[in-house]
Amino acid sequence: MSVEKMNINVIAAGIGQTNVGELWDVSLRELAAEAILGALKDSGNLKPQVIYVGNMLAGSASRQANLGALIAEDVGMRGVEGVTVEAADASGGAALRMAYLAVLSGAVDAALAVGVEKFTDVIGSESESFISQMLDANFEAAQGLTPLSLAGLLFHRYMHEYSADREAFAGFPEVAHANGATNPYAMYQQPMRIGAYQKRVSKDAWVLNLFDVAPYADGAAAVILTREDVLSRSWEHPLVKVIGSSLVTDALSIHDRPSPLVWDAARLSIERACRGAGVMPKDADFFEYHDATSLHATISLEAAGFASLGKGWTLAKPEIIGLNGKIPVATFGGLKARGHPLGATGVYQAVEAVMQLRGEAGENQVEGAKLGLIQSLGGMASTAVAHVLARQ
Amino acid sequence: MSEIKPQGIINSPIRPVGIVGYGAYIPRYRLPGTEVSRIWKGEPLQGPVKEKAVAGLDEDVITMSIEAARNAIARAAIDPHLLRAVWVGSESHPYAVKPSGTIVAEAIGAPEHIQAGDWEFACKAGTEAIVAAMGLVGSKMGDYAMAIGMDTAQGKPGDALEYTAASGGAAFIIGPAEEALASIDAQYSYVTDTPDFWRRAHQKYPEHGQRFTGDPAYFHHIISATSTLMKETGMSPEDFKYAIFHQPNEKFPTRVAKQLGFKPEQFKDGLLSPVIGNTYAGASLVGLTAVLDIASPGDRILVTSYGSGAGSDSFIFTAQEALLERRKAALRTVDYIKRRTVIDYATYTRYRGKIAMS
Repeated sequence: MSVEKMNINVIAAGIGQTNVGELWDVSLRELAAEAILGALKDSGNLKPQVIYVGNMLAGSASRQANLGALIAEDVGMRGVEGVTVEAADASGGAALRMAYLAVLSGAVDAALAVGVEKFTDVIGSESESFISQMLDANFEAAQGLTPLSLAGLLFHRYMHEYSADREAFAGFPEVAHANGATNPYAMYQQPMRIGAYQKRVSKDAWVLNLFDVAPYADGAAAVILTREDVLSRSWEHPLVKVIGSSLVTDALSIHDRPSPLVWDAARLSIERACRGAGVMPKDADFFEYHDATSLHATISLEAAGFASLGKGWTLAKPEIIGLNGKIPVATFGGLKARGHPLGATGVYQAVEAVMQLRGEAGENQVEGAKLGLIQSLGGMASTAVAHVLARQ
Repeated sequence: MSEIKPQGIINSPIRPVGIVGYGAYIPRYRLPGTEVSRIWKGEPLQGPVKEKAVAGLDEDVITMSIEAARNAIARAAIDPHLLRAVWVGSESHPYAVKPSGTIVAEAIGAPEHIQAGDWEFACKAGTEAIVAAMGLVGSKMGDYAMAIGMDTAQGKPGDALEYTAASGGAAFIIGPAEEALASIDAQYSYVTDTPDFWRRAHQKYPEHGQRFTGDPAYFHHIISATSTLMKETGMSPEDFKYAIFHQPNEKFPTRVAKQLGFKPEQFKDGLLSPVIGNTYAGASLVGLTAVLDIASPGDRILVTSYGSGAGSDSFIFTAQEALLERRKAALRTVDYIKRRTVIDYATYTRYRGKIAMS
């Protein structure tokens, strides 16, 4: 059923986020609480009836499951409905989707989506094996594949298939770091020198280098969704609606797909979210994409229809994807510079989109942003979640 | 009623104390960083230090401690019978149970009626022993106490630490300030439970928390200890001719020195890690011996160690007149650094017992 038929407008009423980084002295529960309390305050103290927790690794890295109960208790919401939503590093996007459905259905007046990840308490081979849970355990991880090594292999294939200009990929981290430099929550707040990128490329061209790969990190972000009639009269932000939402899965293993470089779920999730919203991707004023690696960045642009197959990298220029470009991406640094707190990342994207659409993005503001497209990918887009947000 | 003076946080013994003798020892073998990367990375890349000092086949913490202790006694010009303690700080004591201290004490001719034991606090075991010696002499339980920081540090083959984990250290005799080559003017320690680096019982090689060993560990403790000591004593970086910090590599001590406001001319003479590696419990102490070898009377010297687990001991020393003559009585630190035989990785694995023989 379409949004119009339900006759419910889903409003993003409150947002909160923590710093992203190696937050060794902050626990999982503290991170979640900080983001949630920020979002509650920002929402004019709404009382969500459900918490969807986007998280990938708490069970492994923190030896902690049952996050719904843990987090509800910690933020003074004992008794509320609470449950973890897991879809690898698309968990945050998936939690947002559940909150959206809950409000849209009329079952609740307000729903809270919080993405939280505490990754840096584990190191070395332990963290590699945990992160590889996002792949097929029997057919990929068991062979020694990790998400990054798989992305590296696919990048080789991409270069082979499409004869891309290797140095052009520098534009992805260049734009991400330029935007991250003015985001006080970002893990890396320094611009990238193109020379530093080229030096690595000249050593081994087809390898994904340090600047092509987003850092896994700790962090939490929260969004409160509600209906317009529930909002308090004293709430003063410009109204931002979630007008499209979609979650699509694909074959978990790359080898079960017709082409390893065509990520159907990434394409379909954008298509469906935009169709539901009644917009085209090109109508978006910015695109928060899932730049876990430069390979993800180029394929995401292709999947969203901004470039044809094998041509995503041709857009990797500040004048195209920078804040003043035709399709700004990673407006607060993206996964690359803001950091990639896995199950929290999808909610960070929503928080950042709301800031853009409210006109509260400060130095990172995309001028006149009215429509935002965000997409969170799990693994090699075996899960893809897309949302369209619009300013009224 | 007598007035109760509140206990300050700065350690300052009732009887003023100082270093009355010191001696360094650095073994002759050197393993270049390019050798480690040649084996483990497939090409000879530059590591975090140029090369590291490696103990020979017949050397361990005990033999090296004896070498350094003999140098310290030569400079102190005292009868070893006057020692009341021989303490060895290390994380590579040859025995898990059996003190290094008794062997060293007997070898250097110390009497039987002494304290002898071993200290362990990762890379600050040696400075911890110095603080204990300050207490023993400062309370007049004895006139002279020897404190040694010495290591044959273990780096897991292929690990980032293998480039730097080195062998060497120094011995100090703490005695009354009026006999000192360098007085100990103030001391402050700062410790927390920070698990950045450890080796459990029966493990051959230590483990570490990667970047966690930086900001919350090394930098936090060194900066806390040093800045508190300077604040409490009313000192600032300009008051020191020399500054020495624990040196696990070249980058960390350089960065921490600059953060604290010290200039390269103050810390370059005590920065030996680029050419000998990280001698762990000996690292800040060989930096101190190198500086004592060149300091002039009146020069003020700051030393801050760092030990994982974690903590820092910070000291303020002032070089005294007696230093000029007495330091000639033994080999200088730089003499040991110059005495150098380069070995390849294969020789290194043999010397350091890395090959499983059974």
